[in-house]
Amino acid sequence: MSAPADVLSGSQLPASPVVAIPFARRLYWLVRRELWEFRSLYIGPFAAAVLTVIGGFFAAVKLPGKLHAAAALSAADQIRIVQDPYNFAALLLMLATFLLSVVYCLEALYSERRDRSILFWKSQPVSDTLTVLSKAFIPLIFLPLYTFVLTVAVQIAMVLMSVVSLTLSGVGTSLLWAGLPLLNMWTGILFHLITVHSLWYAPFFGWFLFISAYARRVPLLWATLPVLALALIERMAFGTSNFLMFVLRRFGGNDSDPPYPANTMTHGPMGSGTVGHLMHPDILFSPGLWTGLAVTAIFLTLAIRLRRVREPH
Amino acid sequence: MPCIEARDLRKSYGATQALAVVNLRVEEGRILGLIGPNGAGKTTALNAMLGLISYSGELRVLGRNPWTERELLMRDACFIADVAVLPRWLRVCDALDFLAGTHPRFNRSRAQDFIARTTIPRTARVRELSKGMVVQLHLALVMAIDASLLVLDEPTLGLDILFRKQFYDSLLNDYYDRSRTILIATHQVEEVQHVLSDVLFMDRGRVVFEASMEDVESRYVEVLVGAEPLAAARALHPIAERPLFGRTALLFDRVDRAQLEPLGEVRTPGLADLFIAVMENQPGRAASAPGHAPRRAEGALA
Repeated sequence: MSAPADVLSGSQLPASPVVAIPFARRLYWLVRRELWEFRSLYIGPFAAAVLTVIGGFFAAVKLPGKLHAAAALSAADQIRIVQDPYNFAALLLMLATFLLSVVYCLEALYSERRDRSILFWKSQPVSDTLTVLSKAFIPLIFLPLYTFVLTVAVQIAMVLMSVVSLTLSGVGTSLLWAGLPLLNMWTGILFHLITVHSLWYAPFFGWFLFISAYARRVPLLWATLPVLALALIERMAFGTSNFLMFVLRRFGGNDSDPPYPANTMTHGPMGSGTVGHLMHPDILFSPGLWTGLAVTAIFLTLAIRLRRVREPH
Repeated sequence: MPCIEARDLRKSYGATQALAVVNLRVEEGRILGLIGPNGAGKTTALNAMLGLISYSGELRVLGRNPWTERELLMRDACFIADVAVLPRWLRVCDALDFLAGTHPRFNRSRAQDFIARTTIPRTARVRELSKGMVVQLHLALVMAIDASLLVLDEPTLGLDILFRKQFYDSLLNDYYDRSRTILIATHQVEEVQHVLSDVLFMDRGRVVFEASMEDVESRYVEVLVGAEPLAAARALHPIAERPLFGRTALLFDRVDRAQLEPLGEVRTPGLADLFIAVMENQPGRAASAPGHAPRRAEGALA
């Protein structure tokens, strides 16, 4: 807080020292700015969540019949019948927000140059570094956490609908509670969103942000064509596809790539059986994760540099 | 400390020299008009001063290097680029929130007062506003920032005459207080001439003329001469002449009024007349020293 005397002199001299605005507050308003410009960032996942709840309603209606038909199956199979819609709901929301992250990153540093509003933003006392970080904040922190909140809300709605449906049909809710260790599931989803959707995928977002700062037009083509061209050149020169496989493995995971939580991607984010698949503390110690973060830092540094030197047209 | 000081400022794009070489010094509290034809390098010069483009040469704005210290400079400098750089999706109230949250010198209630004087709806998006309202909004935001330097690049482009007048009126009445420096780049000379304290003409990346408005008024005299005294008037070396209502208007630099009065009707030229005279004298003498409007070449008279 400034003393009253400072405030007084501040009103008299235009060039008086000012109280600097804390970093967190500036970052907060910059992130708010992103949400004003890209309203799809919160409307999109919310719409996906609403659709998922509608889907969950039909799943809940059918659940008693399915459990009845599966009475002869093993307990594990019955539990899977209970869990499937929840896995599917989480997967759907994660997929939706991942695609949204990609679309967002490609636009984030491009749209301000396209509409020349960069001249307005650059006339503010906000550094290029803080601006780019606020844009990286969206796919790395905001969207994973928002996805988590929505997933929990959707699953709570689905549980309530299932409870009503099972109670009304007289099947009872004991299987439901046995199949849905909710707190474990949610911890697993949160861990997965942070480690995979934020940290593991970070280089993708870094690359897309870099391209969006670089491209003079059609950032989507700039983001994809060089990758495809490199893959093609490798194929023609060496007859191999290591580069393309490397990129795809990074995105999709592969059972032959141990530190990566393979099952979570090949069988859906919840795994095919128990929810334990989501918790892979190993990922935090995998060189792949940390190399990826270093690469992300390089891409973001390049994006900051480009935003600084790219001239308004 | 001068507000802006440029020494050997240059900028080229490939083979094109946007700024051939610019030397200038703007003292605090001045209202400087940067006037030049399209492509003269006005916007390039302003962008360099605001740290938006790289340049070579030496440049200090408010004692800072704009290219390396843009963030700090923008605390004390404001900028309105030509119309329509406010993002179209931005809401008026969000713009206030954003500036209040990121700009240490922004005074929110002041901005609200300015906006309240207009017909701009508080929750409207920029895309819903008319061109004139967007400029009003931008001006309101900028005037609520307690800055030392305001840079305007063709701020009233595309506005009707009422909006243009209102724009400069509020700038002078509500904002300018002699401790602030204002830089206005435009090619609409008539509109700004009563606002300025200093004027600077640019042509093809060079400063070709620079003077205070008092100097302009005391140095330059225009005389409307009939056919008979024309030869006598030309002998006094006018820097420009043009036909006007059957007579000839001759522009003189530093010629005694007493000497001119017998020749015809003596009056103070408008900035536009001076601008045209200086610009028409440019070809072939583009490298002449600033501060002296070169004399017009013989034979180029219409």
